[in-house]
Amino acid sequence: MILSRAKPYDKVLESIREARSVFLVGCGGCPVGCQSGGKAELKKLKEKLAEDGKEVSGSVLIDFLCNKALVGTRLRRRIAEIRGADRILVMSCGIGVQAVGNMVDKPTVPVLDTISAGGLQGLWPSTERCNACGDCVLDRTGGICPFTTCAKRLLNGPCGGSRAGKCEVDKDRDCGWSMIYNRVKELGRLDALRDPIPPRDHRKRDLPAEMRGTPVAALEFEFQGRQP
Amino acid sequence: MSKLKESLGSGKFTVTSEIGPVKGTRIEKSLEEIEPLRHKAVAFNVTDNQSSVMRIASHAVCALLHQRGLEPIYQLTCRDRNRLALQADLLGAYVLGLRNVLALTGDHPTLGDHPEALPVFDFDSVTLLQTIRRMMEGKDFNGNPLDGTPADLFPGAVVAPEADPPELQIFKMEKKIEAGAMFFQTQAVFDVGKFETFMNRIHGHKVPVLAGIILLKSPAMAKFMNENVAGVSVPDALIRELEATDKKDRPKKSIEIAARLIRGVRNLCQGVHIMALGWEKHIPAVLAEAGL
Repeated sequence: MILSRAKPYDKVLESIREARSVFLVGCGGCPVGCQSGGKAELKKLKEKLAEDGKEVSGSVLIDFLCNKALVGTRLRRRIAEIRGADRILVMSCGIGVQAVGNMVDKPTVPVLDTISAGGLQGLWPSTERCNACGDCVLDRTGGICPFTTCAKRLLNGPCGGSRAGKCEVDKDRDCGWSMIYNRVKELGRLDALRDPIPPRDHRKRDLPAEMRGTPVAALEFEFQGRQP
Repeated sequence: MSKLKESLGSGKFTVTSEIGPVKGTRIEKSLEEIEPLRHKAVAFNVTDNQSSVMRIASHAVCALLHQRGLEPIYQLTCRDRNRLALQADLLGAYVLGLRNVLALTGDHPTLGDHPEALPVFDFDSVTLLQTIRRMMEGKDFNGNPLDGTPADLFPGAVVAPEADPPELQIFKMEKKIEAGAMFFQTQAVFDVGKFETFMNRIHGHKVPVLAGIILLKSPAMAKFMNENVAGVSVPDALIRELEATDKKDRPKKSIEIAARLIRGVRNLCQGVHIMALGWEKHIPAVLAEAGL
């Protein structure tokens, strides 16, 4: 299981401040167990957003956002609603956000922070990875994670080692920031990428106090063979 | 006050060079190597575990230069230090008399001689520059007050004008300017036309740029850099020019090429940063031939 918790609602609102309408995607897997997502949470978010004047063009709950085929087929049926939205809000771990981002040509916004991706890593057989930093910035980086794609985990652009879209560490490795820059450019949001992204709060990598001792956390850490 | 800042502020075409700290404690030779440049260059970069190869600490060599009346540019990378160490080292450098600081991300450890090392990168160069600015205003990164403010630091950064594609490097450069970079030193320039295009693109920013000049020692060195050094691209014509030169005449040719490049960039930017890579003794001849 992947542990996640809701980002502060204000932060989510801040990341969609320019958006008029949004489409919601929920995951029916791990977030249900963590009570950070699933049907009830999706409904609550929808209501809150409506109260704050956002138009919700539609929402879908997909059993597992880490199942590529499932995400593809389910989203395909909702193309009209997705096209009508300015942003896609995704209530899942970082893999799910990146998976959705990979499938739609709209900016994706994480609603949750992923805290632990130990144990089961999900079913996504593709390149997107989440390292559970607990401080998700996928809304700022075009749905591509700088933490897992950049060898230096840089948050504000490529280093001087980026060469023709490849990384200085390994010529066969894609430069994460090259991918992010190109993707954000395609989405027409380069201006937002110019704002500096603050450094990580490394405390968020640890299990939050309120989660310690909960059955969900106990199961997760038992699975990994370590103490919570 | 930083002499580098003074020189750039005066509008004078400014020359900087650099010194690579040794691996060990025998530092005299590198200090002697730059002596002929005492009155030729305004300031000297001191690299920080350059290419991720462990060497004597940059701030220590900077302090030695300062004691000898030479002005150092303290290179500070994010590779080996978390945010506490970056700020602490910067304050330490300041009380040793250092004013110029070049904020760098740093090469990845896997490129150096301790490839197993933890790549820290707690901050990146943009955040480091923001932090320096905050410290110059009397606060640490988290806003806690400093007892004694390093108000007259002179923070700079780097950019690769001939990178492929330049667009990404310019995007990062603009973030660095926003974050407080007051001067730029560039990766080696070998194509004046490309450099001119780059300077035109960043023209609106009014931040001084020192064009990087590397002394090309041999065709093999040029080819090696093309293969292995990001942001460096030696045109084939230059490589052929070196190949057509007798080995014994190579230093003369190298001086001629460097001087030609300096003359080419002279009216495009605010100065040059000369990286001689062991050929420091030839820099006075380069400057003379370039008319500086």
